[in-house]
Amino acid sequence: MNFNYAEIVKLILPETIVVITALAALLFDLAMMRGKTVHQRSSRLAALAGLGSVLAILCIWLTPSYGNLLNGMLVVDPLTQFVKQILLGLTIFTGIISIQTKFTPHVGEYFALLLLATVGMMFLVSSENLLMIFVALELISLSLYVMVAFKKESIQSAEAALKYFLFGGMSAAFTLFGLSLIYGLSGEIKLSAIAATIVGQGPDPLFLLALVMTLIGFGFKIAAAPFHLWAPDAYQGAPTPTASFIAAGSKVASFFILAKIVWIGFNGAGGSGAWHGFGSGWIPILATMATLSMVLGNLAAISQTSVKRLLAYSAIAHGGYALIAVITNHREAVSSLLYYVVTYAITVLGAFAVVTVVEHNTKGDKLSDFAGLSRRSPVLAGCMMIFMLSLAGIPPLAGFFGKFYVFADALRYGAKDLGLLWLVILAIGTSAISLYYYLQVLKQIYVAPSVDGGLKIDTAFPVQAAIVVLAGAVLLLGCLPNLLVGKLLAVLQRTGM
Amino acid sequence: MLAWTIYISFIGAAAMTLLPGSRPQMARVTALLAALGGLAIALLGILQHTPGGEISTITKLDWIPTLGITLHFAADGISLVLVLLTGIAAVCGILFSWNIEDRAKEFFAFYLALIGGVYGVFLSFDLFLLFVFYEIAIIPKYFLIAIWGSTNREYGAMKLALYSFIGSAMVLVGLIATYVVAGAHTFDLLELAKFPFPKTFQHWAFPLVFVGFAILAGLWPFHTWAPTGHVAAPTAASMLLAGVVMKLGAYGALRVAMTLFPLGLDAWRNVIAALAVIGIIYGALVALVQKDFKFVIGYSSVSHMGFVLLGMMTLSQIGLSGAVLQMFSHGIIAGLLFAVVGRMVYERAHTRELAALEGMHLSKVMPFAAVTFVIACVASMGLPGFSGFVAELQVIVGAWKTFPALAIVAGIGIVIGAAYTLRALMKSFFGDATGISSTSYDFKNENADALEHIPAITFPEKLGATILIVTTFVIGIYPQLLLNLIMPSFNSPLMQPLWKGGQP
Repeated sequence: MNFNYAEIVKLILPETIVVITALAALLFDLAMMRGKTVHQRSSRLAALAGLGSVLAILCIWLTPSYGNLLNGMLVVDPLTQFVKQILLGLTIFTGIISIQTKFTPHVGEYFALLLLATVGMMFLVSSENLLMIFVALELISLSLYVMVAFKKESIQSAEAALKYFLFGGMSAAFTLFGLSLIYGLSGEIKLSAIAATIVGQGPDPLFLLALVMTLIGFGFKIAAAPFHLWAPDAYQGAPTPTASFIAAGSKVASFFILAKIVWIGFNGAGGSGAWHGFGSGWIPILATMATLSMVLGNLAAISQTSVKRLLAYSAIAHGGYALIAVITNHREAVSSLLYYVVTYAITVLGAFAVVTVVEHNTKGDKLSDFAGLSRRSPVLAGCMMIFMLSLAGIPPLAGFFGKFYVFADALRYGAKDLGLLWLVILAIGTSAISLYYYLQVLKQIYVAPSVDGGLKIDTAFPVQAAIVVLAGAVLLLGCLPNLLVGKLLAVLQRTGM
Repeated sequence: MLAWTIYISFIGAAAMTLLPGSRPQMARVTALLAALGGLAIALLGILQHTPGGEISTITKLDWIPTLGITLHFAADGISLVLVLLTGIAAVCGILFSWNIEDRAKEFFAFYLALIGGVYGVFLSFDLFLLFVFYEIAIIPKYFLIAIWGSTNREYGAMKLALYSFIGSAMVLVGLIATYVVAGAHTFDLLELAKFPFPKTFQHWAFPLVFVGFAILAGLWPFHTWAPTGHVAAPTAASMLLAGVVMKLGAYGALRVAMTLFPLGLDAWRNVIAALAVIGIIYGALVALVQKDFKFVIGYSSVSHMGFVLLGMMTLSQIGLSGAVLQMFSHGIIAGLLFAVVGRMVYERAHTRELAALEGMHLSKVMPFAAVTFVIACVASMGLPGFSGFVAELQVIVGAWKTFPALAIVAGIGIVIGAAYTLRALMKSFFGDATGISSTSYDFKNENADALEHIPAITFPEKLGATILIVTTFVIGIYPQLLLNLIMPSFNSPLMQPLWKGGQP
């Protein structure tokens, strides 16, 4: 195996920039910010993290270089680069949101971990090799465990982190077990090569076991029911910016790699999820997970009183919708899947940003803490309305078109003769339920009388600006979906898909 | 040009957010200007409309080419009639909410967003676009009721929002399936209507889409949102709900479900006609025993909308034109009734209990309101000279040819309609204090002082009432004004499958 180190350095330049930024964050915090307040330190480090991410985005944008190194270990093509830019963008916004909170004095470590998790995601999306995928997943997970535990004075934060860690460890074990079985069966760790060896083989029980194990592992990662149990606690206990990062960036990366594994690695072993036409393979497994996630997530969200928990259950439900795009198993569905998860990430990041601000002011994230927000801060209330309605799937917001696109593609390409109609009906039906709990949040904001005597909400300017930008993006992408869809299609074309 | 009705409403709603919160007068004037602008454009559009069968395209642009979605605004006679109705209802609604002081700019922002959505539905000829506007109209209703409403407002608002959303979910399933089955990579209604959908598909897609829309039109047994929603809503919102939002449902059912799936329509026609007639009778009977004045009007809406659905099921030109005319007529008359009950009476007497109103001698205290209500009742009962008469007569005549038995039952519904209207009229305005029970007698004493100082009917109220009365009167005397618009549009290719009894 011969390869060129210069080539590697060139291809992983964006990742390198982010790693250097992470180290720089640690160094700056240690060396130059003694005696500054937490707020000053986090503002500066957020600016630094933002700068590093912007540099990495520019680097991807200005010097496009593509390649496939080391047998799929590092696949750099227009699609992965596009996804990386989005992930970096989400990291910038997560950094800005972190300014508002004062949950930890260890600001440097927090930002370093945020950037390291981002690096993990970047490597994750640009790999088609089982080993590399696993290593990248672990880098993300380990960073996130620590980030969840960061609110040291809060016992919930510790509990959430432990729960997340234990579940995450289990899921890693499942994934590893599944992957090793696959390696044993095929003798390959490169996704396309695995697909080549399993094509034409009958339904091998051992392979099915491997499939189930792997998908259970990823089910934990994307918080799909019945592997979702960690999510509500982790979202609620974690510092809110961390929760937003788990909900946004980590979701985009996990869904992208899940789709890549099943579409490329298990190509031909899909089976069928059509009504009256089930065939064994990964599609029925994912269809079951999608069904459970949509039903359970939406029903459980109804009875929540903590907005962060409510968003966690809503994230489970949204995971179910996104799984439908994966189940579609067609190259056309790449753009609907990406449109869906990207717009979801933007929306949920915005929603968590609003929660962060409200939590900072009212010291809680109960529904009643949002009472009368529309009179305390009309701008935040308006943005929250956009985020909530987008999550509910009300046009003309991005969440509506995302769902519509996924469902239309599922019916068009998913199976013959509207085979996936049952799944689409279920998805649309459960999303009708979801309007109820999103309206509960908006009811507190717009209808209920104010708490705290209607004092104005105190918001740091960058946070408010970030929230407005995110809300604007949700509205713009909903009114003109072609901005993103067109871009995605162009990228896919250049990638040769 | 007509598309500006939509834009101007949304621009008005957006402008509200920029106004200072301390000056409700500015919000009212801005809202009124936006609504008047919409009405003026609607009238201009009608004048410019060439009296022919064709559907005149207003705008057609690519919107989301990946899925073949276009920004296709167009209008035919039916849409024009409903756009005109929306314009009138919007202006009058603002006149009747002139007294809103609390969070006025938010009120009018939601109000104008709702109006914009309604205009959008009536003018969209791309199914995706139509659906987008249909859903845009849901959310403002929720806030209008939950924030500014009265009796049981949070319950009524949530019920209304969920019913609407479940209906639109059914429509959405049907639309996506239609798009995929047609395989033509387009959502354009005119293109899709040409496609002969398989019979089995139509058999399940038609009831799905039709009922999905008809939930909003108050189809029995999915009507229960309507009375609670109407009662809980503030006056302007109940005027819009009964006046135009219920028409959205009927319009969608006619424009989308019936034109796309004639074979499905053929299979389900009798069932839906029967449900429509049950709605007429049921709504009327329930209205007969209500204690709350506003509930009487709420149930009467269910009853009157039954005529619209029955007219649509006749599949004859006279029945259908009656249905469209009934949409217009009910929009105006229900608006007038809700204006009297919600604004003139309730906000002055602070009660809507018929038993309590009986002792208040309202006809002497508020003569203008009494006269208005008498006219509205006469129009609502369907007496000749008012728009309701022409519309309901056409529906019954159309139904007589197809469903003679149902036509007779619907006729009985009109009689019960006269009964509950007269009952409400007598009890509310011309009540005789001597014959009432002791509880309401206490109430009377309690309110005796308050009634002395009752504020006079204001100018905006008088203006709004006059506009509505004149409209129903003019259409009642000379229905050709609207029928000349409605009838030619039945010749358009879009409507042809209906006349052929479902055969393509």
